[in-house]
Amino acid sequence: MSLADLAHPRYDYSYGFLDEHARRELRRRILKAIAIPGYQVPYASRELPIARGWGTGGLQATLSVAGPHDTIKVIDQGADDSVNAANLRRFIARMTGVATTTDTTLATIIQSRHRVPEERLRERQLLVLQVPDPEPLRHVQPDSSKAREMHAEADYAQMWLSLYEQLVRFGRFVQGASYPVVVHGRYLMSPSPIPRWDTPTLHQAAHLTILAAGREKRLYAVPPYTEVRPIEFDDVFFQVERMAGRVCAVSGARHKFMDELPVAGGGSLFRISDTGYLEKLVRAARGEPVTIGPTYYDAVGRFYQPGVLHEPDAVPPEGGTGHD
Amino acid sequence: MTDQPPAARPLDPPRLVTGGPLLRASGLRKCYGSIVAVAAVDLEIYPGETVGIVGESGSGKSTVLRLLNLEEPADAGDYRLAVPEGAGGNLFTLDRYHRRMLRVQRIGIVYQQPHLGLRMNATSGGNVAERLIMAGERRFAALRAAARGSLAVSEFPAERVDDPPAQLSGGMQQRVQLAKAIALRPALLLLDEPTTGLDVSIQALVLDTLLRLRREQPIATLIVSHDLGVIRTLADRVLVMRAGRVVEHGLTDQVLEDPQHPYTQQLVHARL
Ligand SMILES: Nc1ncnc2c1ncn2[C@@H]1O[C@H](COP(=O)(O)OP(=O)(O)OP(=O)(O)O)[C@@H](O)[C@H]1O
Ligand SMILES: [Mg+2]
Repeated sequence: MSLADLAHPRYDYSYGFLDEHARRELRRRILKAIAIPGYQVPYASRELPIARGWGTGGLQATLSVAGPHDTIKVIDQGADDSVNAANLRRFIARMTGVATTTDTTLATIIQSRHRVPEERLRERQLLVLQVPDPEPLRHVQPDSSKAREMHAEADYAQMWLSLYEQLVRFGRFVQGASYPVVVHGRYLMSPSPIPRWDTPTLHQAAHLTILAAGREKRLYAVPPYTEVRPIEFDDVFFQVERMAGRVCAVSGARHKFMDELPVAGGGSLFRISDTGYLEKLVRAARGEPVTIGPTYYDAVGRFYQPGVLHEPDAVPPEGGTGHD
Repeated sequence: MTDQPPAARPLDPPRLVTGGPLLRASGLRKCYGSIVAVAAVDLEIYPGETVGIVGESGSGKSTVLRLLNLEEPADAGDYRLAVPEGAGGNLFTLDRYHRRMLRVQRIGIVYQQPHLGLRMNATSGGNVAERLIMAGERRFAALRAAARGSLAVSEFPAERVDDPPAQLSGGMQQRVQLAKAIALRPALLLLDEPTTGLDVSIQALVLDTLLRLRREQPIATLIVSHDLGVIRTLADRVLVMRAGRVVEHGLTDQVLEDPQHPYTQQLVHARL
């Protein structure tokens, strides 16, 4: 008997690219993140054949939890077909043998940059969001060790001060993407640079969300059915981007998150940003059999959970807009 | 702060000291390396009383204030405030969270250098509002009203509420600090040379404001000043510090008119 007979057969890569130690560590970190909703868990971000800053955090989270029976969808700003999304999807499929899809309703894992799909995610689906900067306190506290102390003490007054300042100076909240949220009444969290439109989808969501930053080596999570509240005042509310009046030039749909496309000769068109959803709308219009899941916002723009969003354009009381 | 401050009666009956002191500190000590900034200081302040500290530069006055503001840990000493959050214990033993809550709710401070107490680029109103936010206020209209109210009490011009301190004169910056310090009606107000560095005419105005405040909202106040005139105007009692120790203390008039300790005599005569 030779040594080769006793040893493991040689593999070029372990399953899912990451070695067993890395995978185990990541899965432990993810469990910890789920156990402490919104808390940023440090982890040892591994080298991948993709540069840091291009979704390596999300990729590691996906690789560490994916199994051969999963079906994966990868989107970049809503689009399945961008170069970056296509690369990540191909890499994940090659390393894990998962099936791929562009249909949100068929995916078990959705890795995304900057968007949440329009169709509602269900229980047992997993949303992995790529995070460039996990620290929601960055602009009030650039020193990250001080920011960690502020998290430890739930010392978030400065965030409301910045809301106050925005109202006084601009008459409204000017923060767009990455709108900070408080998770489970405890930790302030950056939801990654998703538009405000997507922020309420995390609140009491049926699915699990994992958010991972590869460069900053931190990951955090929102477990299913968890409170996720955008920071706001009791009398001046968080609001999503106005989509009223925008009509998708491809499908004719309204009240979905639209990309604005400049057209030759000036002016612009709108198109639904979630390409997987748009494709299904188009096919349905052609009479093909497709299943379109229920969406977060209905055909008249109402959010599916009542009472989460306030009516748009509520006038801030008192002299909040004294400076216009 | 949304309710109106009670109108001052022209002739308040003399306040009888019936209860115990609001503040009781003993054996305060603080060293920085080999420098003994505060060697041993004992101090009591009764509710509504104003106590002054005078002493030469480097005698440890500001350090005492920082200790009482729970900004820095003391090397030794016992410090109690008769407020619910104090729980009757030594405040130096509080954990960070409770220390912060107590400071927000019960202690206001005005620093000699405004940048220590203010966010220079936030609006003045925002600086005051932050105090209320820290205490849990989440209504914008209420924050706005309270910031305006508190700034008005410190006689800050209403039309400048939305200007950042960076664009204000020194006197106005001190008024913003004062408004922030009193926004939650603290039990203890600490003033570190609030008028030093201001023009003489502005000094007088700030002093007027402090006098009016003292009349309308009798908050236990500890004021540090080089300026014996300021102490004479504001303080009921005075402590004279030298090299980290209290060398003399007593009623302001007594100490300033008839100083006993040679150092105080020197100090008073240097002024005259
Ligand atoms: N953070 C610090 N690090 C080192 N030494 C310090 C520090 N703060 C104060 N000291 C020293 O402690 C002593 C007391 O300083 P403190 O500022 O309390 O004096 P003060 O009476 O307020 O003086 P002034 O009238 O000049 O404001 C000084 O010798 C000072 O140099
Ligand atoms: Mg000083």
